[in-house]
Amino acid sequence: MAILTVSGLRKSFGASEVLKGIDLSVDERELVFIIGPSGSGKSTLLRCLTRLEEPSAGTVTFAGIEVTARATNLKLVRRSMGMVFQSFNLYPHMTALGNVTLALRRVLKKTRGEADALGRSALAGVGLADKAESYPNELSGGQQQRVAIARALALDPKIVLFDEPTSALDPELVGSVLGVMRDLRARGMTMLVVSHELRFARDAADRVVFMDDGRIVEAGTPETIFNSPRETRTKAFVAQLSR
Amino acid sequence: MTAWQRFLDTFFKPEMIAQYWPSIAQGVLVTVEIAAAVVVTGLALGLLLAAVRAYRLALCNVLIVIFVDVFRSLPPLVAILLIYFGLPSVGISLPSFVVLWGVLSLVLAAFAEEIFWAGITSTPKGQWEAARSTGLGFSETLLFVVMPQAIRLGIPPLTNRTIAITKNTALGTVIGVGEILNQATAAQSFSGNATPLMLGAIAYIVLFVPVVAAGRWIETRFAWRRA
Repeated sequence: MAILTVSGLRKSFGASEVLKGIDLSVDERELVFIIGPSGSGKSTLLRCLTRLEEPSAGTVTFAGIEVTARATNLKLVRRSMGMVFQSFNLYPHMTALGNVTLALRRVLKKTRGEADALGRSALAGVGLADKAESYPNELSGGQQQRVAIARALALDPKIVLFDEPTSALDPELVGSVLGVMRDLRARGMTMLVVSHELRFARDAADRVVFMDDGRIVEAGTPETIFNSPRETRTKAFVAQLSR
Repeated sequence: MTAWQRFLDTFFKPEMIAQYWPSIAQGVLVTVEIAAAVVVTGLALGLLLAAVRAYRLALCNVLIVIFVDVFRSLPPLVAILLIYFGLPSVGISLPSFVVLWGVLSLVLAAFAEEIFWAGITSTPKGQWEAARSTGLGFSETLLFVVMPQAIRLGIPPLTNRTIAITKNTALGTVIGVGEILNQATAAQSFSGNATPLMLGAIAYIVLFVPVVAAGRWIETRFAWRRA
């Protein structure tokens, strides 16, 4: 059953149209991978889903709520749609635990004790139980990104959106982040992932969506997209990435 | 009388020191009180204005920018004289220390607002997005995520500016606030000797060297590497 449905989604920045009518649905427990050249609108699509960017047209429906409706309580929607960013975006003035518990305390109104307990278990879930008191600048990129994942997961979201989660990492640190994503997958978390990690897509994705120039060119199983794509643009892109 | 004796007699005459140190000490007390009050109200008002400006309400921001630009360009002495000697003509007469405290607070607030505002605008967009994506509202994001970073970014320029403006408490002498310089010049004109002025100068140094040192300590204490 689809938990997320996007239809006719468009986004323009001034005169340039970045999303030119996107239709996409993601099922519960599904891992959907979005690939495509830079500038194809992948990140913008993710950001429009929680209205970090305001879509110009089209609708987004998530868990029965029309996200794009003017009256929608975005706070409510956003805490059930976790978001992980390319550049981690951890709060530099707070410890790992502080990063994870801020929204627990301010949005979910947990007491400090409850929030700390939930935060510590979220950090343990990404293998960083011993880093709760560390500040972001004391952590490696991979550790920072795992804290950012814990920050999203602590709110118990129904889906997690990953915006190039490993692109800013040194190659040797990528594995730890992908490991956490694999665990999430095994636990049945619904995930929408923008990434260039093709091998991970092959192993873990249920579906791969190829975007180019603001449109979805082609979607299918990893098998189809990587081995026998229909469109020449897909073929060219996959060939280039696999080189 | 040797030149050295003449020098000592002019600037460090023992009888003068004995006679006038109590009034200089009195001045120190007044300077400290006004300086502390200026730092508290000036920084608080500057922070408040920067926070309000973050909401980008058109009319509000125009007023803030006008206030900030006026008080950054107007020499504090001019504002002090204008208010102290001008307002009584329209029936408002404020005590001199209130005028001094008020004007210096407004000047510090104007500079502090610009510094905090620069900190707010240079906080990366990703910080806002991360906070908003977890369901935090605009005000919560501003309060818990952006302002703490803006304040830390602002500390080095703020310590300098704060020191510069608190030293302007000496301007109170022209409207008769009994601070250090006022006590020293009064004593100097009574005695015809520069020793009270030297006492005043020493008092300023004794007073402000620890403030400068504290400023340096705060800068290192709150300097943290960006992640």
